[in-house]
Amino acid sequence: MKRRKFLKATGAGLAATGLAGILAAHRAPVFAQANTLHVLRWNDFVPAADKVLREVYVPEVQKALGIKLNVETVNANDIPARATAAIQSGNGPDIFNFLNNYPQLYAAAAQDVSDVADEVAKSQGGIYDLPKALCTVSGKWVAVPWSTVPALIAYRKSWFDEIGVKEFPKTWAAYHEAGKKLKAMKRPIGQTLGHTFGDAPTFAYPLMWSYGGQEVDAKGKVVLNSKETVDSVRMMAQFWKDAHDEGGLAWDDSNNNRAFLSGDVSATLNGASIYVAALNGADKFKTDKGAPLHTDIQHAPLPNGPKGAFPYHTAFTDMVMKYSKNTKGAKEYLRWAHSKANYEKWIVVQKGFAIAPTRDWENHPMWNADPVMLPFKTASRSGRAMGFGGAPDKRAAEAWNKYIIVDMYANAASGKMKPEESVKAAASELAKIYT
Amino acid sequence: MLESEKVLASTLLTPGLLILVLFIAYPFVMALWYSLTSIRVGDPGQFVGLDNFVKAWNDTIFQVAFKNTVFYTFWATIFKLALGMWLALLLNRSFRFKRIIRASMLLPFIIPTVLSAFAWRWMFDPTFSVMNWLLFHTGMIADRLPFLSSGDWAMWCAVLVNTWRGMPFFAITLLAGLQTISPDLHEAAALDGANAWHRFWHVTWPLLMPVTLVVVVFSVIQTFSDFQLIYVLTGGGPANSTHLVATYAYQVGVASGLLGEGAALSLFMFPVLFAVVWIQLRFMKRMEGA
Repeated sequence: MKRRKFLKATGAGLAATGLAGILAAHRAPVFAQANTLHVLRWNDFVPAADKVLREVYVPEVQKALGIKLNVETVNANDIPARATAAIQSGNGPDIFNFLNNYPQLYAAAAQDVSDVADEVAKSQGGIYDLPKALCTVSGKWVAVPWSTVPALIAYRKSWFDEIGVKEFPKTWAAYHEAGKKLKAMKRPIGQTLGHTFGDAPTFAYPLMWSYGGQEVDAKGKVVLNSKETVDSVRMMAQFWKDAHDEGGLAWDDSNNNRAFLSGDVSATLNGASIYVAALNGADKFKTDKGAPLHTDIQHAPLPNGPKGAFPYHTAFTDMVMKYSKNTKGAKEYLRWAHSKANYEKWIVVQKGFAIAPTRDWENHPMWNADPVMLPFKTASRSGRAMGFGGAPDKRAAEAWNKYIIVDMYANAASGKMKPEESVKAAASELAKIYT
Repeated sequence: MLESEKVLASTLLTPGLLILVLFIAYPFVMALWYSLTSIRVGDPGQFVGLDNFVKAWNDTIFQVAFKNTVFYTFWATIFKLALGMWLALLLNRSFRFKRIIRASMLLPFIIPTVLSAFAWRWMFDPTFSVMNWLLFHTGMIADRLPFLSSGDWAMWCAVLVNTWRGMPFFAITLLAGLQTISPDLHEAAALDGANAWHRFWHVTWPLLMPVTLVVVVFSVIQTFSDFQLIYVLTGGGPANSTHLVATYAYQVGVASGLLGEGAALSLFMFPVLFAVVWIQLRFMKRMEGA
């Protein structure tokens, strides 16, 4: 093609696409964007699940909906930075898969997805209370619950047997006693009280609740500084010294996995990722007697305090962003992904590490495969959210993100503050948020 | 038209001015505006005057973070200066493989901070620290050292990593300064009977002072506003013991979505840095005058 002909042809092409119109509209032409969907989510602790999204969902979504799905995964701690940048600039992923109560933080930037959530709930036996509380603002769904990662204690059955504890302790006092014996045998309990998004708050909040402590009352008044909270902190300070690996003050969400898999700790609060890793690496992870490590792992809920046990399980939720140019496609995709046939492809790979937000999935045959995973099946039936006894709103998210409750325990456990001082300091910080 | 000096000057200055306005003035003014509003992510908020600054001032975590930042900056700068000077004096001598060693010395400065901070985090790992392993297996310790799990230890570890990373910048800049000092001055001082310390104190140090001040100003600015190293190494923990103003501002502004409060927190760094730079520049000017 000669240069003159080429210029003529490209000029005609540009004219045909209405370049002036595109420039005037300040947005990319519809045919180039309408059928693409950008989803941003965390790097799953079960990598096979991300593989399903990329290798199964992407081609099937293209085939079924004509949507080109772009799945981007990042470190969970980096999601807020991405969301902030995207919302403020009005440009970014069409769907954010958020953790915890982030939907409350970003509600103003969310598309109403009540229609999708209602359909999912109706067709699958209802959505559990905890994800519902995290995803709704004034009765409106600002995100659709995608999954929940239950937090249970993974423990070494044989080590507990050796100290005469045949069944996992049901109370904090019994767990303390067992931990004391285990630490004396250089098999401490492993628990993070560091600044990390998952394991630290999912331990600290339920411990506080189990003693009857809570951040606020129903009217939003800060009531943290109570005898109940102080008792829980006092117990933890002693428990830490007697039974824990004290390096846990600097652990992130992956340290306890490594410490457990290498036989350095006897028990730790975690998702099922330790067990799943031990199962997948049966040749690599062994007990001191040479048996595959997974055969010595059991799961149990956190012990009861004087007021009972109230867990928190990490929720993952899909928010369709208001700025998205393809909200219709985003909702279509969520409907497609939540249909039983499609969701099953993702959830079975999780092997129970993540569970569905709806009740019908408790009846799935996957739960017959491995009795060790059974405690995860019904974990979502109970649970409280941050900000209890108020709502898990923006203020609760701020307290959570500032690690106020985690640090309340860390300050006392490290000996930096007395339990009373630590609770008082935390209550004072909380009061500044709830004014 | 370009014959006119005024027009030519304006034409030549415009691109630079535009860059300054776009990339420095605009973000700064926006941060200032944000700090005076209740802006949250997705919600423009409203004008709240100095409320965010008052809230920050009364915030005990911010007070801890501010003290930590001063401590971190002070000790890291002292160590970087002392060790950088020592290294520069050593490298100023003649020895074999001088060039290779001078170049390799820059490695800590060249490696991206995030990568080196991750490497250090592994070395300080509470359970699998290679240093603990070595010390334990050589019989030097009976229990693991709490590198990052004790607040005090964690802060000193952060100072150590910052020193390791920033020292080459001091060394190479001071080395450049050393090479501008005429050897004749040292010879003359030696002939007058000055020993090595006297020659350093009365000849090298005064002549190196302007370079030293410049490098210290740069270092104070960078260290005071450090973010990456702490974010990767400790996340501000344990129990806020290593939070710096920048990491705390990020936690409030980005992780909690309180953009106005985050901007106010980070603006607290401005007067401190401005004062440091102003004092040092005044000092330099006075020295030049003398």
